[in-house]
Amino acid sequence: MSPPLLQVNDLKKHFPINKGLFGRQTEFVYAVDGVSFEIARGETLSLVGESGCGKSTVGRAILRLFEITSGQVILDGQRIDDAHPSTMRQMRRRVQVVFQDPFSSLNPRMRVRDILAEPIRNFGLAKSKEDLEVRVTELMDTVRLPREALNRRPHEFSGGQRQRIGIARALAAEPELIVCDEAVSALDVSVKAQVVNLLQDLQQKFGLALLFISHDLAIVEHMTHRVAVMYLGKIVEVAPRREIFAAPRHPYTKALLSAVPLPEPGAQRNPIILGGDVPSPINPPKGCRFHTRCPYVFDRCRTEEPTLRAAGDEQWVACHLDALPTR
Amino acid sequence: MALLEVENLQTHFRTPGGINRAVDGVSFHVNEGETLAIVGESGCGKSVTSMSLMRLVPEPPGRIAGRIRFAGKDLLKLSDREMRAIRGNDISMIFQEPMTSLNPVLTVGRQIRETLMIHQGLDKQAAETHAIEMLTLVGIPEPKRRVREYPHQLSGGMRQRVMIAIALACNPKLLIADEPTTALDVTIQAQILKLMLDLKRRVGAAIILITHDLGVVAEIAERVMVMYAGRKVEEAPVAELFRSPRHPYTQGLLGAVPRLGSSLAGTATRLAEIPGQVPDLRKPITGCVFAGRCALATDLCRQYAPGLEEKGPRHIAACHYAAKGAVAA
Repeated sequence: MSPPLLQVNDLKKHFPINKGLFGRQTEFVYAVDGVSFEIARGETLSLVGESGCGKSTVGRAILRLFEITSGQVILDGQRIDDAHPSTMRQMRRRVQVVFQDPFSSLNPRMRVRDILAEPIRNFGLAKSKEDLEVRVTELMDTVRLPREALNRRPHEFSGGQRQRIGIARALAAEPELIVCDEAVSALDVSVKAQVVNLLQDLQQKFGLALLFISHDLAIVEHMTHRVAVMYLGKIVEVAPRREIFAAPRHPYTKALLSAVPLPEPGAQRNPIILGGDVPSPINPPKGCRFHTRCPYVFDRCRTEEPTLRAAGDEQWVACHLDALPTR
Repeated sequence: MALLEVENLQTHFRTPGGINRAVDGVSFHVNEGETLAIVGESGCGKSVTSMSLMRLVPEPPGRIAGRIRFAGKDLLKLSDREMRAIRGNDISMIFQEPMTSLNPVLTVGRQIRETLMIHQGLDKQAAETHAIEMLTLVGIPEPKRRVREYPHQLSGGMRQRVMIAIALACNPKLLIADEPTTALDVTIQAQILKLMLDLKRRVGAAIILITHDLGVVAEIAERVMVMYAGRKVEEAPVAELFRSPRHPYTQGLLGAVPRLGSSLAGTATRLAEIPGQVPDLRKPITGCVFAGRCALATDLCRQYAPGLEEKGPRHIAACHYAAKGAVAA
C-alpha cells in the first residue's frame, strides 16, 4: 500500500493564556491534545465534534497557520510541521483551504480575476500571460460561475457564489488536499446542496483528498469516506462512514448522532440527551474527558484515560467500556 | 378562535436601490397553544415577519401594512405605549444569539426581574423569588447562585435557557422563537428542544418557530408555513407537508437536505439542487416568485402570480401546477 497523503502523529496544540501581572503564562488551552490520523489520496476524512472540540485547530495546524506544540504533520512522506520556509512554500501549494465564511475570507478590494490569479502567480504555475488567462477562465467553468464574473468584486456575489470563488481559489494552486473548514455551514439549504455536489464532483475529477471539518452530521454522512469524532481535543472514535453511522461504539458518538433532529415528523427516535455542557479545554477532566457527561461512566473512567484501540477492521474507539470482555 | 390572525402583511423597506418588499402580502393564523413553524432560507422574510408582529421593525425606513389581530386587538393600530404593554408580556420572543440579546452588564436575575416588575407589578422580593423559580423551570442547576451571575459566566446553552426563562416569565400567550437553536451545538440543541416541548405542555403558550432547519421543524411544529421571497408559498400540517409537499420550492428544499442514515439505507444519492438564486426583492416581480428557479415554470407562471389554492386537507400552496389531492413529484 502506498503511504498516505497526509499523516498526523500525536498532534498537540496548547494555546497559552496570559494571566496575572506582566502577562506571566500560568495556564494553557489544551485545544488539541494528542491527535493522530491519516488521509489517503482522493479520500474524504471528516472531523466532527461540537464547538471547542479542536477540529478547526487541527485543520489550521495542518495548514501550518501556526506552529504546533508537539507532534508531526507528514505530507507525502515529508514532515511539514518543522519544514524550512523555502520547502514549506512548495508544500503549501499542495494543501489548500476553504473557510466557513465567504464574506470575510475573500479580499473585498480584489476582482475575482486577481483573487484567482494570485495563487497561480505565487506558485509559478502559469507559463505565460495567455496561460494564466486560460487557467483563470477554466477555474470559473469548473466551479460553474459565468466567465463574465471575473471582473467583478466579491460583494457583488451571493454567499453560495462567493463560496464557489473560495473553492476556485483553492483549486488554482492545483492542490492534493483541501481542508474544508465548515465550508458549507453558513450556506442556505438549497445553496448548500449545490456546493456539496460541486465538492464531490471536484474530488472525482481531480482525485482530491478532503479534510472535511463540520458539525453537520447529515452532510458529513453524505460526503465522507471516513469520520473522526473529536471531543475536547481528542479523537474518541475513527471509523469508515458505514461503521460510524450504523454501529457507533463510543457513547459520545452515539449521543451526537441521536441528537440530530430528523426531517421526518413523528419519526421514532430516542435521543440520548447528554446532561451539562462541554467542560472547558483549559482544565479538561481527568481520566476520560467525556466522563462528566457520559451516561455509562464507571470508576475507571474517572482516573484512567482510555486510548484509541481497534474495535473492528478500521474502527478505533477510545472507551473503557469498549475494552470490557463482555463486548 | 385564532389567537393571532395576520392578514395581508406587507413590510417594505425604503432602500437606495428601491423599495425592498421583504414581506409581501402574507396571511396566516396561529391558534391558542399551537406551534406554527415558518420555514425558508435567508432573505425569505421569515424574521421580518416576526419582527413585524412585535412591531420591532424601525419605521422609517420600514413600513408595515395589513392587519395583525392578536386576542381581538389590531396590533398595528395600538399606540407605542399600548404595544409596550404587550411585548414581553402577552407576546414574547427568543432570539438566535443569546449573547447579544442579553445585557452583558446586568445579572441574569435582574434581567428576569425587570420584565416581572414592569408587566406584573411585582416588588423586588417577589420578582426575585419568581426569577429563581423560572431558572429552576428551565433546568438551570443552582438557580439561587445563577441569578446573581452575569451572562458571560454562562455557556451558550445556559444563556438560551435564561432567554427562555425571561420570555416565559410573564406567561405569554404567544412565544416567537427566531432560530432558537441555530447557534447551539447538536447535543445542546437537543436539550433546548426537549425543554421547549416540555414547557409548551406545561405553560400552554402558542409558539411561532422561525427556522431554516427542517429537522427542528419535524421535531416540534404542528403546522408549517413555507416562505419564499417575501411570500407564503405553502402551508400544511407538519406530517402532510413532509409526506406530500406540493410546491416545487418545498419539494426542492426537502430534496436538498441529506438524511442521517441514508448511506446505510443505500439511498444516498446526489443532493437535489435548486438552481439559481433568490430574486432581488427591490424589483417588482410579475408572476410566480419562484418561476426563475422552477423546473416546471411556463409562460403562465412568468405572467400570472398563482394564488394560494387548497391542494389537500388544510393544505394550501401557491402554484399553478401543483397537483390537487394526489402526491406530486
